[in-house]
Amino acid sequence: MDWIKRHFKTFLLLELLRGLRLTGKHLFKRKITVQYPEEKTPKSPRFRGLHALRRYSNGEERCIACKLCEAVCPALAITIESEERSDGTRRTTRYDIDMFKCIYCGFCEEACPVDSIVETDIHEFHFETRGDNIMTKDMLLAIGDQYEERIAAARRADSAFR
Amino acid sequence: MNWLWSTYASLPFELQVTIESLIKIIAILVPLLLCVAFMTYAERKIIGYIQVRVGPNRVGPKGWFQPFADVLKLLFKEIVIPSNANRFLFLSAPILSLAPALAAWAVVPFTDTLVLANLDAGLLYILALTSLGVYGVIVAGWASNSKYAFLGAMRSAAQIVAYEIAMGFALVGLLMAAGSLNLVQIVTAQTGGIHQWYLWPLFPLFLVYFISGVAETNRAPFDVAEGESEIVAGFHVEYSGVTFAIFFMAEYANMVLIATLAVIMFLGGWHAPFDFAPFTWIPPIFWLLGKVALMLFVFLWLRATFPRYRYDQIMRLGWKVFIPVTLVWITVIGVFRFLTPFGFIFQ
Repeated sequence: MDWIKRHFKTFLLLELLRGLRLTGKHLFKRKITVQYPEEKTPKSPRFRGLHALRRYSNGEERCIACKLCEAVCPALAITIESEERSDGTRRTTRYDIDMFKCIYCGFCEEACPVDSIVETDIHEFHFETRGDNIMTKDMLLAIGDQYEERIAAARRADSAFR
Repeated sequence: MNWLWSTYASLPFELQVTIESLIKIIAILVPLLLCVAFMTYAERKIIGYIQVRVGPNRVGPKGWFQPFADVLKLLFKEIVIPSNANRFLFLSAPILSLAPALAAWAVVPFTDTLVLANLDAGLLYILALTSLGVYGVIVAGWASNSKYAFLGAMRSAAQIVAYEIAMGFALVGLLMAAGSLNLVQIVTAQTGGIHQWYLWPLFPLFLVYFISGVAETNRAPFDVAEGESEIVAGFHVEYSGVTFAIFFMAEYANMVLIATLAVIMFLGGWHAPFDFAPFTWIPPIFWLLGKVALMLFVFLWLRATFPRYRYDQIMRLGWKVFIPVTLVWITVIGVFRFLTPFGFIFQ
């Protein structure tokens, strides 16, 4: 009996027709494609993208060259050199991030005691020549200046959950 | 215009016939190649829709110019010839696969008068040419001097041999029912509405024919000759640029051919499904084209639905299922034909 049933099913192509019906239904479903450059999916305020160095509102850079980020970085992407500035504070003279080594883990951001190094929500960036992958202190500060509002807003939005 | 006409009339008769045939050939091939181009677009769009995506929509309005962009890209690409390949065979293989796919259209009737060559052995001609297509695949696989290409070619050869037989038997059943090898006569025998189509008395043969057709064109779920997840791209793994484009065109031209033949032989060709008012207003050729479009949609639907057959399952299906089924049904048709004088199905 089972044998007959099985062959009956096979020869009438019942299972194949069921498969075709399923895909046929999907043909008319609402399409879920996000048309990327015009439409974008929402991003979390915790998104870890391009790095930036922030400043205080009086224009003083936050970084105090404690080198915690350099120490915590699992990919050894951060290189810091520091000196005493004329006013007696310790400041970095060099703050390089190798973007090819960086794995965007966000440890540097977590380790920073003064919220200086941060990862912004910018993810649409690229490098065109060899060497561009090294982000220097000036570049990082420039990004921080340019996007300070966005960076601050993201941190405000996330602060309730920390 | 008059001047052109008088020069034409002054030409010898043979030349006149040649020119006339050439114009007819162009009139068939240009729409066919356009159809092939938009078939690639339709495939990407339909499979996209089935996968809840939108498919190509960037080039031109709604992506309609996508096929032309693809063609341009392929035309400008370099043709890489592997250093140990047989140069002559390597370059002739794409032509070998495209030529039969196009030549078969000579006998395909679009309406009862619109046919390039109304051969009495049209069905035989079609069978001969569709089986020639496998040479392109085998030569491509062998000439590439590559393992994957060779494996693909061997698979394709075995598969096409197996399904050719089932297809041939399905057509034997058809010609027993129609009593003719002439494609125009086969369609004429189906005059008189949907109940006269050979789809009904020959339903198993129609299924066998169509599935064999899918296998013959190496389309999913029978695409073991390409099998990108197993043997990269199979027989055309070493081909690039225009040579690859020609293989692609041959595959799609074969698809359109198989769909058209299925319509002509089983779905009443250019006849309207019902023989009364609103249906007979539409010219016959549009009925043919509409049915072909439907069959082509089924091709894409199958590809979007089924996973690839395992190789031994393909062989099993071909030899141990299709051939016995067609043989049994040929016997059944024989019995019916014997009973015909006593007033059974066929006239």
